[in-house]
Amino acid sequence: MSTWSRNNRLPALATLALTLMAAAIALIFFYAPLDEDGLNQKIFYFHVPIAFTAYACFGWGGWKALRHLWKGDEDADLESYVAIHLGVIFGVLTLVTGSIWARYRWGHWWVWSEDQLVLFLVLFLFYCAYFMLRYSLPPGPQRANLSAVYALFGVALIPVSILAIRLSQRFIHPIAFDEGGPNMAGSQFFTFCVAVLAMFAVAATLYHLELAGKRLDIRLRELREALQ
Amino acid sequence: MTYFADVGALARKDLLLELRARDTLPAMLLFVVSTLVVFHFVLPAESSDLAATGLLWVALLFTALLGLSRSFAAEREQGVIDGLVLAPSDRSAIWLGKALSILAFLGLAEVIALPAYALFFRPVDAGLVGGVVLADVGIAAVGTLLAAMATASRARELLLPLLFLPLAIPIVIGGVGASVSGEPARYLGLLGLYDALFAIICWASFEYVVTE
Repeated sequence: MSTWSRNNRLPALATLALTLMAAAIALIFFYAPLDEDGLNQKIFYFHVPIAFTAYACFGWGGWKALRHLWKGDEDADLESYVAIHLGVIFGVLTLVTGSIWARYRWGHWWVWSEDQLVLFLVLFLFYCAYFMLRYSLPPGPQRANLSAVYALFGVALIPVSILAIRLSQRFIHPIAFDEGGPNMAGSQFFTFCVAVLAMFAVAATLYHLELAGKRLDIRLRELREALQ
Repeated sequence: MTYFADVGALARKDLLLELRARDTLPAMLLFVVSTLVVFHFVLPAESSDLAATGLLWVALLFTALLGLSRSFAAEREQGVIDGLVLAPSDRSAIWLGKALSILAFLGLAEVIALPAYALFFRPVDAGLVGGVVLADVGIAAVGTLLAAMATASRARELLLPLLFLPLAIPIVIGGVGASVSGEPARYLGLLGLYDALFAIICWASFEYVVTE
């Protein structure tokens, strides 16, 4: 990669994220029509894109973990860790926004019949265990390998959990929400897409920012050791 | 088939060790029966028998954790794992042999636990037995790999339940569903899918857990 693109990628991404986010917020509040839920429904444009972004981060972390194991890519360990770290942050935001939504829609802060929320709780526990594992190992190739294997488990756990939680609703809650979900008008769908893109851009910016910081940290430590 | 001969030898080693030292299995048996007794007092008088089925699954899961946390103890304390890694055989054979011996322990613990459950709470049906068998395969497959991971870490036994429980949630859902619902086929299917998927991942990735 050329120096120009390396030095300018972060500001360019940040600008893109900022523009998209501003556009998404403007669309959400001034363009998208209100439906019968009233103003509460606006949180949908935050909650769902944040959830998608969290999935994307976990998926990216799993992909980098696979690359680490398969190709022996040294950098991939750090990239996988940073992606999962971001995924956990977005996962917590999903839980918080989902909880707020549930409070105003169904009157409870926590609804076990909401598949998405339960799934994120499981994933949150799983990835917290990932951090526990990572921090109880000394830095080195073994830590990278074990973290990568556990991150791969996470990618397999997501679809299996979705299936399992869907099935569990039949014996825990007799009435499931209908499969179709609310229909979206064209303008709502457009706003939703912009919001998803904006959230992805924010995540990509944070990812590169965090990665740059960590790499700088490692480089600094290496230089310090070389000086001693 | 030298691969299966290796696996057989490794599983036989674990079973022989257990037969001579009797470290793990008596503890698992005692634990599962004591938990069932505790559960009798946990449940309020009006609660349904279905609640007891849910608690049976908690008992089975924690019994499995008890067995798993000791499963690599000999390898770690005596440095056997280095020898096994250096041996001229596929590393996944270590996982498969260990998983088979864990499966045998779990099966033996449940031969005691299920009749005890039937005696204390409610009769055992085919759905429950099918669920337990399929769940055992998943628990042994995933648990063995996670136990090897936990052994490598500083936190050791402390880490294993934390790593294992989030991954065991689909097993619990499938198992409880198979034992309480009228039509267990769907849940047994989920358990089968889980077993196949995670067994393949564990088999393929075990090498990276024990080598650097």
